[in-house]
Amino acid sequence: MDVKALKAAHKLLAEYKYEPAKLKKGYTDKTLYINIGDNRIEAKDVPASMKEKFIGGKGYGLKYLWDATTPETKWNDPENEIVIAGGPLCGITQYPGAGKSLVVTISPMTDIPIDSNVGGYFGPYLKFSGWDALEIQGKAKEDIIIYIDGNNGVIRIDEAPLEAIDGHVVSEELTEMYADSEEDKKNISVISAGTAANHANIGLLNFSFYDIRRRVARLKQAGRGGIGRVLRDKKIKAIVIKFKGTKGDLNKPANQSLINKAGIKLHKQIHDYDDVQCRMRQIGTANIIEVMDEYDLLPTHNYQYGNHPDTHKIASNVFVEKYITQGMPDGCWFGCSLSCAKAADNFELKTGSYKGHKVTIDGPEYENAAGLGSNCGIFDPEMILEANFYCDTYGVDTISFGTICAFAMECYERGIINKEITGGLELKFGNAIAQLELLHQMSRGEGFGALIGLGVKQLKRIFVEEHGADPDFLNDIGMEQKGLEVSEYLPKESLAQQGGYGLTNKGPQHDEAWLIFMDMVNNQIPTFEDKAEALHYFPMFRTWFGLMGLCKLPWNDTSPPDNHLTDEPAKMPEHVQHYVNIYNGVTGSNIDKDELILQSERIYNFQRIFNIRRGKGLRKHDAMPYRAIGPVTFEEYESRKERYDQQLKDLLDYNPEGKTTEEKIKIMREYRLNQYELLTDAVYKRRGWTPNGVPTIEHLSKIGMELPELVEVVKNHI
Amino acid sequence: MIKVNSKDFEWEEGLTVQKLLDKKKYTFPKIYVTINGEIVEKEEYDITLIKDGDDVKVIHLLAGG
Repeated sequence: MDVKALKAAHKLLAEYKYEPAKLKKGYTDKTLYINIGDNRIEAKDVPASMKEKFIGGKGYGLKYLWDATTPETKWNDPENEIVIAGGPLCGITQYPGAGKSLVVTISPMTDIPIDSNVGGYFGPYLKFSGWDALEIQGKAKEDIIIYIDGNNGVIRIDEAPLEAIDGHVVSEELTEMYADSEEDKKNISVISAGTAANHANIGLLNFSFYDIRRRVARLKQAGRGGIGRVLRDKKIKAIVIKFKGTKGDLNKPANQSLINKAGIKLHKQIHDYDDVQCRMRQIGTANIIEVMDEYDLLPTHNYQYGNHPDTHKIASNVFVEKYITQGMPDGCWFGCSLSCAKAADNFELKTGSYKGHKVTIDGPEYENAAGLGSNCGIFDPEMILEANFYCDTYGVDTISFGTICAFAMECYERGIINKEITGGLELKFGNAIAQLELLHQMSRGEGFGALIGLGVKQLKRIFVEEHGADPDFLNDIGMEQKGLEVSEYLPKESLAQQGGYGLTNKGPQHDEAWLIFMDMVNNQIPTFEDKAEALHYFPMFRTWFGLMGLCKLPWNDTSPPDNHLTDEPAKMPEHVQHYVNIYNGVTGSNIDKDELILQSERIYNFQRIFNIRRGKGLRKHDAMPYRAIGPVTFEEYESRKERYDQQLKDLLDYNPEGKTTEEKIKIMREYRLNQYELLTDAVYKRRGWTPNGVPTIEHLSKIGMELPELVEVVKNHI
Repeated sequence: MIKVNSKDFEWEEGLTVQKLLDKKKYTFPKIYVTINGEIVEKEEYDITLIKDGDDVKVIHLLAGG
């Protein structure tokens, strides 16, 4: 790699010099605006009113996006922005999971705001460089790189014709280019996408951090909703930041001691108990692959079933014993002792543009193994790792890709599409080589792979309009809602989780609420009111991580040993108090656990109204495909016949004896869909919304969000 | 008959907490168990007998995802 030659080809388009603002109590109160259409770079002051209501992180992102766009703005219009922000707690090193960035844009998948939470060093370095947020607007004419030097206060926009586009290559090139030495590489973080993001709406962003032990730029992903597609549509190859001098007190907290105390307690707990709890340090989120299978929750064959006899081939220990390098630093930000980021080193690729290369693969996360693996009937760990690598470097959301592939495979097996349509690919469940070929095609923008990159919603339309498919059936089995593919859990037997997916702002991603154990297994939330309370509290609580720049995992993937003796074990009360303490410690505020929820509720309702402003965000947009709710097909019903027959007797007082499977499916469908409607009523009521899902003015007033621009939107729907 | 998480479950002679967990395939590592409201420590799952009519709770601690 001759980075001098790459750099020599750069053409400076704009340069901006600034005095980095000083951090105080977690904020700089300055944000950076870059318009790459007219090469304008400006600093903005954050008004006190914005700081009070929108807090930071995705709150700032949504606020700026609202101001920058109109209800008609499309994802590929120049005025659409990509906004990246940490939050007041982003960058602390004493408490695990505090280095996250939140990225917001109008999504090419959903046509509403998407938000994605990502690790890597960019978010903290941005703040240490003087900026609470970065707004990027406009479209460049040629491929560019944005470079922020946070120590010297220099920002450049350069035309950059020669650098690679694929994530793992460009991240290495630019880390090498902008570091002064090997030692200096840890001070660089690169945001990139990949070649598939040139074409595919499911394009993602890679955020790098340099792994000094492995000597490689590791990649973490802002995966959901196609933000990488927006980046590449703007002709941005990469955004690079450099900041030297990271240390524990750069946020200039009001009370360091409060933060230290919480951190020490959690570090000790992780040290003492993680090995017998979730093994996050050993295998990360992949620890639940076999657990989900045991509970009939692991999506297999496009969510038809919840387990598979071959799951043992991709169980977490297979990856631990054969592929994942142990004993290496695996935190995606300094000070995270939960260190769940895992890597397979020296993995030799068997297919595609990099065939024969030995690479480091970040993963597999649970979602990768389930989406690329079981949901597509693939139980070969090496194929899953290879697809994981190519998704990352090509810039493809693994969750959407897995769910789209699974949908296409079911359509193929049912004869809805055939080899003529797939360009010769035999797209049966289990065909890992065909799945990889789809990825390679997507990176070139060719063939059936290019169609896959459009997502399930578009594929359904194409299969109906061009190939005569039955729209009702495709709507039943196509696992998308609002245009976003469902993440990798089978929610059929948990009504609360159907709501956890469906009654969300951005679409069916499990980062608002994962209630399957509380509901289906523990039976802790039996009534509609109980479920509604959970579907109020948990989405609000989890929204808060996105305001702060925090990771969710240290909240409940590790537990205090006496957590079960507390009044509300599901909420992890000791950890909630830690969060209250570190927030107060950094910002000097004096909030309690209720005000924490209130901070989130303001942003949650703002995002809902943002959707409504764009003609979405109403009850009809919260409906889920029936595959998420109950058995669509004969085979699904028959595979769990005993369970379903019993439910018909117990819940509906309906005698299944002598009835055909089709009759039973019909009765069950009516019942389950009605349950979802009743749940929706209860949740909207708990959230302070009308039966059509619109926040009431009274509720906005109650939570301190009766802003004129919000009232203007909702009054047309009340 | 016993209750497990408020649902009926067939009782049998010699049913311990561990046997119940095995029968229900409750393999998630972060759980706690109560019998009639009393906590059963993990070290005692093998030796704690469940009596006919007991109300057992096996609470899985994961509300996030």
